[in-house]
Order: sequence, then structure tokens, then C-alpha cells
Amino acid sequence: MSVLVLVEHEAGVPRDASLSTITAAQKLGEVHALVAGSGAEAKQAADAAAKIAGVAKVLLADDAAYTNMLAENVAPLVADLAGGYDALLFNATSIGKNVAPRVAAMLDVMQISDVLSVESADTFTRPIYAGNAIATVKSSDTKKVLTVRGTAFAKAAATGGNASVEGVTGKGDAGLSSFVGAETSKSERPELTSAKVVVSGGRALGSSEDFHRVIDPLADKLGAAVGASRAAVDAGYAPNDYQVGQTGKIVAPEVYVAIGISGAIQHLAGMKDSKTIVAINKDEDAPIFQVADLGLVGDLFQIVPDLTAKL
Amino acid sequence: MKILVPVKRVIDYNVKPRVKMDGTGVDLANVKMSMNPFDEIAVEEAIRLKEKGAATEIVVVSVGPQKAQDTLRTALAMGADRAILILSDEEVEPLGVAKLLKAVMDEEQPGIVLLGKQAIDDDSNQTGQMLAALSGRPQGTFASKVEVKGAQVEVTREVDGGLETVCLTLPAIVTTDLRLNEPRYASLPNIMKAKTKPMATKTPADYGVDIAPRLTTLKVEEPAKRQAGVKLGSVDELVAKLKDLGVVA
Repeated sequence: MSVLVLVEHEAGVPRDASLSTITAAQKLGEVHALVAGSGAEAKQAADAAAKIAGVAKVLLADDAAYTNMLAENVAPLVADLAGGYDALLFNATSIGKNVAPRVAAMLDVMQISDVLSVESADTFTRPIYAGNAIATVKSSDTKKVLTVRGTAFAKAAATGGNASVEGVTGKGDAGLSSFVGAETSKSERPELTSAKVVVSGGRALGSSEDFHRVIDPLADKLGAAVGASRAAVDAGYAPNDYQVGQTGKIVAPEVYVAIGISGAIQHLAGMKDSKTIVAINKDEDAPIFQVADLGLVGDLFQIVPDLTAKL
Repeated sequence: MKILVPVKRVIDYNVKPRVKMDGTGVDLANVKMSMNPFDEIAVEEAIRLKEKGAATEIVVVSVGPQKAQDTLRTALAMGADRAILILSDEEVEPLGVAKLLKAVMDEEQPGIVLLGKQAIDDDSNQTGQMLAALSGRPQGTFASKVEVKGAQVEVTREVDGGLETVCLTLPAIVTTDLRLNEPRYASLPNIMKAKTKPMATKTPADYGVDIAPRLTTLKVEEPAKRQAGVKLGSVDELVAKLKDLGVVA
């Protein structure tokens, strides 16, 4: 079997989520990586992808139409390459979730979303009902189209491979859509979904000022990414891309520190696979303590600065 | 311009789903069902576009059992103009739903198809993108802002790193994210009025669409439960534990 993985990249570097998807792909067969983009950054990303352990070949599609990964342009590129592959794998990221179903429908394939494990060449597990249930599904399609949940697979080593890079040409701009602009939050901190430590704040922080005054120094001390509960985001204490949960990002760090988060089902769905969960909350009956490995009951405005100072 | 809004009847988002003992699925007997929350946002956005004068008619469509007409009536009570129920007692996969919606699109010729980014039962997040592929139209997924500008629509999307804006040539498919709007409640007079709004009933066969499933669910299980850990007595204990975990020197 051979498998094509759409490798996402940023500033010439393959994203961590793609390294996890490559690990999932290796369970299915020989892995080829498709890098779509334009110019020097795409070339650099393709060269980096060629070094990823387990990648047998890299396909580089260099066209300005692929710079912003518009689904209307990228999906036909992938669908045209699909003939040579038994499976097409994407990250379950905003890019993968946008592009993969468009590819699947073009190929008349029923996609399997958010794959947690590869049971065999046609059988996979995936979460349903916000992770309240895990379904094992078997596909009867001859070709498989999957999105892979990054936190469920170890990252492939970024070095050790020595694949060839081959240029491919797609149809380019489909003429249906254009990229207007992006507002991305710039941060010195690690990326939320791949950070080893995540410090998250909830509604109990009370204001945007207090959120940053209390959470940020602890995150800096721990070299952690900063997350937030949906309640904190909805209240305007933290930007939306901080949101951890069913409707936000799914994280599974080594250590997750939940501060002033009660632990609604919707939040737990986004972080319950973390290795160690630390909860700080003044309500000792808060549901977060039912999943926390280490709990501390008390006033977060005293505990967190104290903790930050002592670390 | 006409807006088509597909809606799905799902387990109410406040209900905790329970996995059936025999592992065949989630128990939906005697469970409160509601409109998929993301679809509710889509209905609301369509109504706002109509109120702004960007749209003239809102058609809602649902694929599901007879009971799905309750969901359609809710959409009509919120302000949609008419409804189409495509009857199927079997669960239809996103690919099948997208094919049915493509057939409805061909008939209705909407300028925008506005639907939820995912249903909160199967969490597939596929139907809108698949419909866009099948109809050969552009897609604005995970929308937090929708602005119709002449023959185009500008969609601000919630992406992993923040927000991004794309411009799509109409007709286009737009899928909604949570922050797009807060759906209104239907008023009692509007609920009464909705009872007389037109609702057509169809079957997949009427559209000549094959909805045979491609996936077989072998089993459904509860996820592994986490055990509650220990409550610590002081910050110093927590510092010591964090040091043991190796996250701090």
C-alpha cells in the first residue's frame, strides 16, 4: 500500500501535526509527502519533509495558487494525485478539515474524520459525540480519506530520512476564491496543540487584565502555551484561538494546568487525554477535580502567584 | 438571492450521551432532540442576511426521520420561509447528505448554502465541504463573519492560528462556527405562524441519489475514564510534584 500525506508547513518547516499524521500513515504503507505552496518557503519545507523519518518520497507543488492553502485550489491537486495511492491522509487541523472532505467528495469517498487509531487497512477508531463515545468504523471504499488527530499519534522524527523531492504540477488557481488576509496571534510561546505544558485559565479569572496578569507569568516560568476555557473566551478574557475544548483545540500535553476552570464536558473533551492534569479551583466539588491527577483547592489569585514565585 | 440552510436533528447539546450496553451506538430513546447548534447559527445568519436585504428567501432542508419536521418547524418559527424534508429512517452519511443537497441546490439555485460546520452527534465536519466539491463551488468554512458584496461573499474564518478572510464568488457554501452570531428564540406568534408555512416532503429516491452507507460501525465504546487523583494541601507540595514530573528544574 502507498499513502499520500498532505504536509502542512509554516515558514519552511513542516508542522508538528503533520509529523503525527506521518506516523499514522506509516501504519498503512509507504508514505509519500505532498508539500503545496510557493517559492523558497515551499522548497525549504519540501527539503525538510524529505528528512522526516519514514517518508519515502516528497512531491512538491510550487504555485502561487497554493500559498494560502485555499481548498478550491489544493483539493483538485490532491485529487489528481490520488490515483497512485490507497489512502490520503490529512491533519485534523483547520487546513486539513477544510481540504480533506473536498478531496473525498471529488473521489466519491466517505471520509473518516479525526482518526484516533489505525486498527487495520480499512478499520479506524474516531471520537463521536464530542469524545463521549469512541466508534470503530470500517470503510468499504477502495480508497481511504482520513483526517488524523495529532495528539493521538507520536510525532515522526524530523530527521533521519533521505527521500527524493519530485516536482508536481496541478491546475493552480480554480478561479473561485481568493485570500484577503489573516489576523494571526503572534506569540513567543509554544504552539497550543503541540506544547509539552499548557496553562489554561477559566472564567474565575474575572477579567482580561487578571487573566494575563495571573496566567502569563506562570506559563512563562513553565515554558508553556496558554489556553482558555470557552467561558473565558466568551467573556472576552482571552482570544478565541486560545480555546481548548470540543469547539476549540484538542490538546494532550505532558502537563495541563487548569486554573479557575470548573470542568464543563465541553472543556474536558479538549484536554482529558493530557498525561498529567493539575487543577486549581476554589470549589472543591468542581468537576475538574474528577479528572485531575493533582488538585489544589483555594483562591487562584493567591495560589498562582505563589506557585509562580516558588518555581 | 435565495439562501438554502440545511439543518440536522440531533441529541440536545445539554444531554450527556450514553453509550448503549451492547456497544452498537448511543442511546437516543427518550432523549431530548434539538436542532444542531451550528445549524441554528446558520438559520440565524440567513435571517440576518434577509433582514439586511442581502437575501430574499430562506429555504430550510433536513435529511432525517419524520420527526425532523420538528426541527424544520423550529427554523420556520425563527424566520425561514419554507422547508423541505427528505425522509430517511436510516442514518445518512455526510457524503450521501451532500449528494442530496447537491440535488436540492440544482432545483432551488440558491446564492448561498449556509450550514453548520459539523453536527454534534457524528462530529464529521464534512457535509459543507463535500457539497462545495460536488457543486464545483467555493467554500467558506468555520465562518465567524459573513458579508455579501455584490456577486461575492467575504467570509472571515476561525483557523488554528487566529482568523483569516477569504473572498468567494457566488454561489458559495458557507459553514458556521460558534461565534458567528447568537441565534434568536422564536416568539410564540412566530411559532404559530410557522405551522402554516409550506413544507414539502421528499425521499432520496425522488432525487435519484444513492445514499447507501460506505462505513460500517463495528462498535461504539465509552472512552477510557480518568481516575481522580489526589488533592494537595499546599503550593509547596504542588511545586514538589511539578519538579518530580520534570517540568521545572
